[in-house]
Amino acid sequence: MNRSGVLNFLSSILVVIVGLLIGFIILLISDSGQALPAFATILTFGASSMRNAGDVLLFATPIILTGLSVAFAFRTGLFNIGASGQFTFGGFVAIFIGVEFLFLPPPIRILASIIAAALAGALWGAIPGLLKAYRNVHEVISCIMTNYIGMFFVNFLIINHLFDQGRGTSTRMPSDSNLPTMGLEHIFRDNIRASHVNSGIIITILIVILVYIILEKTTFGYELKACGFNKEAAKYAGINENRNIIFSMMISGALAGTAGALNFMNGTGLSMSIVDALAMEGFTGISVAFLGLNHPIGIIFSGILVSYLYLGGARMQLFGFSIEIVEIVISIIIYFCAFVFLVKSFLGNAIKNFGKKDEKSKKQDVSKGGTAV
Amino acid sequence: MYIIEMRNITKEFPGIIANDNITLQLKKGEIHALLGENGAGKSTLMSVLFGLYKQEKGSIYKNDEEVNITGPGDANSLGIGMVHQHFKLVHNFTVLENIVLGVETTQKGVLQMKDAREKVLALSKRYGFDINIDKEIRHISVGMQQRVEILKMLYRDNEILIFDEPTAVLTPQEIEALMKTMKDMAAEGKSILFITHKLDEIKQVADRCSVLRKGKMIGTVDVASTSKEELSEMMVGRKVALSLDKEEAKIGETILEVKNLNQKGKADESGKDKLKNISFNVKAGEILCIAGIEGNGQTDLVYALTGLEEIDSGEIFMEGKDISKAKIRERTESGIAHIPEDRHKHGLVLDYSLAYNTILQTYYTDTFQKGGFLKKQTILEYAKKLINRFDIRSGQGEETMTRSMSGGNQQKIILAREIDRDPKLLIAVQPTRGLDVGAIEYIHKQLLAQRDSGKAVLLISLELEEVMNVSDRILVMYEGEIVADVDPKQVTFQELGLYMSGAKRDEVKAV
Repeated sequence: MNRSGVLNFLSSILVVIVGLLIGFIILLISDSGQALPAFATILTFGASSMRNAGDVLLFATPIILTGLSVAFAFRTGLFNIGASGQFTFGGFVAIFIGVEFLFLPPPIRILASIIAAALAGALWGAIPGLLKAYRNVHEVISCIMTNYIGMFFVNFLIINHLFDQGRGTSTRMPSDSNLPTMGLEHIFRDNIRASHVNSGIIITILIVILVYIILEKTTFGYELKACGFNKEAAKYAGINENRNIIFSMMISGALAGTAGALNFMNGTGLSMSIVDALAMEGFTGISVAFLGLNHPIGIIFSGILVSYLYLGGARMQLFGFSIEIVEIVISIIIYFCAFVFLVKSFLGNAIKNFGKKDEKSKKQDVSKGGTAV
Repeated sequence: MYIIEMRNITKEFPGIIANDNITLQLKKGEIHALLGENGAGKSTLMSVLFGLYKQEKGSIYKNDEEVNITGPGDANSLGIGMVHQHFKLVHNFTVLENIVLGVETTQKGVLQMKDAREKVLALSKRYGFDINIDKEIRHISVGMQQRVEILKMLYRDNEILIFDEPTAVLTPQEIEALMKTMKDMAAEGKSILFITHKLDEIKQVADRCSVLRKGKMIGTVDVASTSKEELSEMMVGRKVALSLDKEEAKIGETILEVKNLNQKGKADESGKDKLKNISFNVKAGEILCIAGIEGNGQTDLVYALTGLEEIDSGEIFMEGKDISKAKIRERTESGIAHIPEDRHKHGLVLDYSLAYNTILQTYYTDTFQKGGFLKKQTILEYAKKLINRFDIRSGQGEETMTRSMSGGNQQKIILAREIDRDPKLLIAVQPTRGLDVGAIEYIHKQLLAQRDSGKAVLLISLELEEVMNVSDRILVMYEGEIVADVDPKQVTFQELGLYMSGAKRDEVKAV
């Protein structure tokens, strides 16, 4: 790893540690007796068994992808805050195919679900992209709107086309519409039960690598990043920035849509509820992207870390902490992740100054010694 | 006793000593010019005085008492005011609101403007500023905006006034008025520091002049007893050669032809036409220079030629081919190279490596990509070649982040990239702005080399000396029109000045 890589890694670790400490203080305030065991649970639960480790990967799957979605847009100069709506829309389309397209053999049906979800996400991302490119509407505003439109539209579609009267949610998919586990259940299990971790995490890692290659190795990535770093220079070089804005939002949307598919096809029997709340995965993606410093590979790790904290955090309820406190603690930790860039620049300066002092003292040594080699 | 004395000031930036042990003494009631080339350290020194930078060594004295200036607030309470090169005004506030901003009088949290209004009106009247203090800043001219900046200092009862290159954006009439104002203020006992690199202005108003070169103080002289030649020699460090060695131009075919170009102004800006009936052509083997004061349509003309902005009407031909409606890349491919005015805005992606910036115009060609994948090795080798050929200096060679490089070397990347594409027409917009003498000479030689190899060169410059030295033919732009088409051998500086200020104009026909 080169020097800036070390700096990136250090600053990410540092914000997590600070976030954890403040989370611990909140636990102490709310119930000092139980704070320590509860805090230990956050730190250790995800790694306490192979089954829990599998669950960490399972819950990391969608947020790595939404994180990647946010980061991809960010690298090209756009802030995709609409991952939530794209996620919901993608998830719905995946479930719809899983429930209704039973005439397709399972492998093709599963593939169709994922691809259709990606397309649905791309479509949902294209709307803010088009508005930005041709009408100069700021993507944050239009993304917020597409989030709500997506949520209510999907609620409407579920009630009219996929409603399970008994459960009040979307119809449950047959189990052969779920992602195959590919033998992962034999690795990630404890004595009693196996984790539901499945091929979704493998697909996710493959997508991350694909995105990395697009951004770093292709002319398309060169154009996208040029637009992100300096729109005017990209224009000067004859790059069609409007086209790039639309493509970038579509790819970003496709990633979030895929996250929706992999989330609802994970074999835990998830179905979509009719609630007036935006999907959290989209927003967690923002923290994951920042914590991973918008680098595809970094996002794999930050996604796993955030998932780990959520899983352990949820466990704190056993110690009598209400779910709200749990949410607050996890949120604070994640909130601190947003400071990662600030910490990075602080660290960078500190290291630089340290280096200077070093040089100076060396010079002084030489002058004191009177002989320079 | 000096009203302000800066003793042995040293200010370093990473890799450069901007001010090296500089001592500057300002007398009460004098106009003291600070002369130096771009990058000599004038602005840094003034920023130290105004509290924007903290010096590493040295100290500042006011009336022989040491003072510690840690920010503009301190400077202000010591009576030091500054008119920055780029004005610091709130555009949707009125003149009056801008003047009181930061020192408002309030009563129980409610703004009291009555006294302020009277004081500003009185000041404005005393100096003959014909200014409507209730107009919003965005609706008044640049010259008026500068008067607002001056009023800001006067309103705060500042007695030490710093002017950072105040004439760069003004018309000759406005310059005349400013000079008078400065003299009036000095006569009332205010002390003025006047940063410039224009010798005429110094001769006109300044009492004494301190010259900086490459961060060092060369000396302080009495203006009345020092000639312009002596001043310029102090500034540049050698006898200034007024003309480059160049051979007779071998003029060839017409490369670029522009006919009746018009560009309307936008309603939200000044509303004036940006370009009016511009017609001219550039031939192979000549350097055509467009001279003029900043903001007279040169930028708009370049945007129109390169396609950065669409034109309202008119035609542009490149070797007889109509490119008036062509996209930017089509124009680039038709043989236009463009060294842009603002290298950070248009010319470079600062967060890309040096190598990636060398392929900004050609990354999509088969040389640098195959099947949509960049050929990293080829790109690095290409960058290495350009680094050697154009002597581009950087910390880590082709992998250096462009942002970390010096301005001169950044400019060389652009120059290398554009020249190496073997263009037919090179449009260079203020290619030497902000560069040191060595880099300027290098760039002038490259421009001449292009011309001598049969390329057409269109040079847009604000520096009269550059215009006279480098060009084979000069067009002068004034308020969006071409008002003169002259031969540099037959025109004088004074004449050019008259054209540039709109005081004189010829009927110019397309040649």
